[in-house]
Amino acid sequence: MAALGFSAETELPAYLKKEQDKIEKTARSVGLDFFPTVFEILSYDRLNEIAAYGGFPTRYPHWRFGMEYERLAKSYEYGLSKIYEMVINTNPAIAYLLEGNSLTDQKLVMCHVYGHVDFFKNNFTFRSTDLDTLGRVVPTEFSSQGYDPNRRWIDKMANHGSVVRRLIARHGVEPVEAFVDACLSLENLIDPHAPFIVRKRVEDEPEEGRSEPEVPRLRAKDYMEDFINPDSYLEAERKKMQTARDADKGRFPKQAEQDVLLFLIENAPLEKWERAVLTVIREEAYYYLPQMQTKIMNEGWASYNHSLLMTQHVADFSEIVDYADNNAGVMATNGKSLNPYKLGVELFRHIEERWNKGQFGREYDQCDDLDERRHWDLRLGLGKKKIFEVRQIYNDVTFLDEFLTPEFAMENKLFTFEWSERRGGYEVATREFQKVKQKLLSQLTNAGNPVIRVLDANFENKGELLLKHDHQGIDLRVDYAERVLESLVRVWKRPVLVATRVEEQPLLLRFDGKEHSRVEGQA
Amino acid sequence: MTLKIDRDHSRFRDIVRGRIRQGLRKYISHGELLGKKGKELVSIPIPHIDVPRFTFGSKNQGGVGQGDGKPGDPLDSGEGEEAGAGEAGQGEGDHVLEVDITLDELADILGDELQLPSIEDKGKSRIQSKKDKYTGIRRVGPESLRHFKRTYKEALRRSIASGSYSPEMPLIVPQSEDKRFRSFRTDEQPVANAVIVYMMDVSGSMGDEQKEIVRIESFWIDTWLRRQYDGIESRYIIHDASAREVDRDTFFKTRESGGTMISSAYQLAADIIEKDYPASDWNIYPFHFSDGDNWSTDDTSLCMKILRERLVPVSNMFAYGQVHSPYGSGQFIKDLREQMASEEKVVLSDIPDRDAIVRSIKDFLGKGR
Repeated sequence: MAALGFSAETELPAYLKKEQDKIEKTARSVGLDFFPTVFEILSYDRLNEIAAYGGFPTRYPHWRFGMEYERLAKSYEYGLSKIYEMVINTNPAIAYLLEGNSLTDQKLVMCHVYGHVDFFKNNFTFRSTDLDTLGRVVPTEFSSQGYDPNRRWIDKMANHGSVVRRLIARHGVEPVEAFVDACLSLENLIDPHAPFIVRKRVEDEPEEGRSEPEVPRLRAKDYMEDFINPDSYLEAERKKMQTARDADKGRFPKQAEQDVLLFLIENAPLEKWERAVLTVIREEAYYYLPQMQTKIMNEGWASYNHSLLMTQHVADFSEIVDYADNNAGVMATNGKSLNPYKLGVELFRHIEERWNKGQFGREYDQCDDLDERRHWDLRLGLGKKKIFEVRQIYNDVTFLDEFLTPEFAMENKLFTFEWSERRGGYEVATREFQKVKQKLLSQLTNAGNPVIRVLDANFENKGELLLKHDHQGIDLRVDYAERVLESLVRVWKRPVLVATRVEEQPLLLRFDGKEHSRVEGQA
Repeated sequence: MTLKIDRDHSRFRDIVRGRIRQGLRKYISHGELLGKKGKELVSIPIPHIDVPRFTFGSKNQGGVGQGDGKPGDPLDSGEGEEAGAGEAGQGEGDHVLEVDITLDELADILGDELQLPSIEDKGKSRIQSKKDKYTGIRRVGPESLRHFKRTYKEALRRSIASGSYSPEMPLIVPQSEDKRFRSFRTDEQPVANAVIVYMMDVSGSMGDEQKEIVRIESFWIDTWLRRQYDGIESRYIIHDASAREVDRDTFFKTRESGGTMISSAYQLAADIIEKDYPASDWNIYPFHFSDGDNWSTDDTSLCMKILRERLVPVSNMFAYGQVHSPYGSGQFIKDLREQMASEEKVVLSDIPDRDAIVRSIKDFLGKGR
């Protein structure tokens, strides 16, 4: 812990240490499998500080951490909210407790933390945060037997911090900070699947004129061949393929590239220090990505386990009311908004129940007698096994896609809402299951970000960068998009364009370093 | 204990101040800064500094919620922002952050932004008043200032120490060396040495929008002048065909109807100044806001006479701001321009709409008088 600069004062006091040992043992006994977990106890201002830094007090200096701190500090001071707990995805895992919480709360938090750490260790998305001694490795084997990856992100973030500090010392605060700002606005231009893509070596360009394109012939019996595939047709097809190939030639990147940050690191004319900053931003963005992809599952899983551990093992009779009170607070749905804790835990319980009762598989799916479905119980007792499997191989999108059922949506009163021009506010739109599910999924896809890809790095042969927004029904926020273009120009150093659709019409936004322009009806 | 975050935090605060500088025009003309809490603090909602990203427009996005209600029922405003599960975890958005700024800081920001010069005192001696403050304790003093509690304590201490105290008969008799007295210190307190006389035309032609402009502008003028002088007094005069002095609240709220005799207000202002604020001791700032529609040319020439003879000579500056109303002719500012051209203490400003407030403040305060 020396690396963190913490002294003995943040160590757990003896009575909490005792509880921790007990809870750890119990957590193991119910099947959780976690990294070694170090608890520290912090005053609220230290906790707010660390939370503002996204868990890492050693991160690079930047004003937005100060902004986040102010928000946290104010909401704590005015009694609006407080952070009970924080747990960091590292190995060993580090968890922070808030000094002055009651013993019951601390126990609850510790149970919750073990749920999270189990999830960090076992859920597949977090494999992308495994490090090797140099950079990043993605182990493909899935056995958790003896799985002990290097996730020394405390060190890694500290290294990032010193890289940025050194650059500031050399180039001054203003230029480095301004460049960090620009990079941050590109932070979400990453590819959630990238860590799991095995990159193929790019095939070498076929030599000039080496091969004539081969036209696939339509299938025909011998005697029909001349009629089905006449020479004129073959010739026309060959011409068409040739022009397509010529158009493709020199196109870069060959395939649309969703990891825009990587593309820029590799191809933008950056100075050395700029490349270093962009690399820091990208690595940290990928570090946080799994947590965004599994927010519902992760919180659900931790809540499922804290409630199991507390109610059946850890809390004694005198504490159960306090526990229930606190737990109710965490699970509360604030007005009509969706609480990821609540949604997650309910869905895990729903899955457990279904697999215990055998409410799955073809026979169950095909049964359309509501009453029979409701009382369907094969007494299989597979629930526990199923949810442990689910926490391993799903992320939020696949989790909801697979396990959100009409019954569940109805029981939990899910609905979609939409903006109403007439009312000037949001209103409930529908409770129709398919629509609710689709809305949920579309919001979670790509971690809630629009899908933007690099289409052409030499647009119109002028060295301009063309991005394309893969429009999936929701428009971009255009004023923001224009400001992002400014950041992109800062990095690309040539004009940048993004093709999108707004109100059903194609729209091409362009920024040349001085002026914005919009071309409608072109994409 | 110092925190690592402090540096990032103060950097953020600096940027916020910078942001206020840039966005000042917008804030002034939207009147978002008028919440005056307590004596000094004003709470300003300022936008959280957003890092722009490619993101979805919020309006056609919608989301998924949980709870009762049938299709068509409203969601309480604001909840929609947070409701989408996809947004959970990343609190980006249009959240506003309250930043506390003292009025002095605000005035400095205003000064920096508009590059206002500090005001030159007319060289009048500042008036100080002496005030006694009871701050300490001493052993001698008049009986009337005896501190009963301290005296009793001393007596108790002495009697315990000397062994004469008995819990059964807890009788304490203070002797003269036990006695403690309040002592005072004389503080010099600055008193108001500047006065602002606000005059506003409340005749029928001045609408709510015109008054809002006056209100915003006078808030900023007030803030700036208060920064410049230790103590400041404000007087408020409203007029239509006749003038009367009112309190601040009434000043901004009254809407009368009827004609306009600007001279009545000038007359009253001059009377007030002559009675309460001798020019030798006071920095005097009359501000007059009107839509420029005066009753008659006779009255206008009377105005000029009062200005020339009674108001302008005693004032540091005489400011006239003309707001545009749909009914006013706007003649008065032209008359002033013609006849007061030689008077450099007279500052005129045309305020066609809210966006012009900033320029107008600069007109008024940019001279450093």
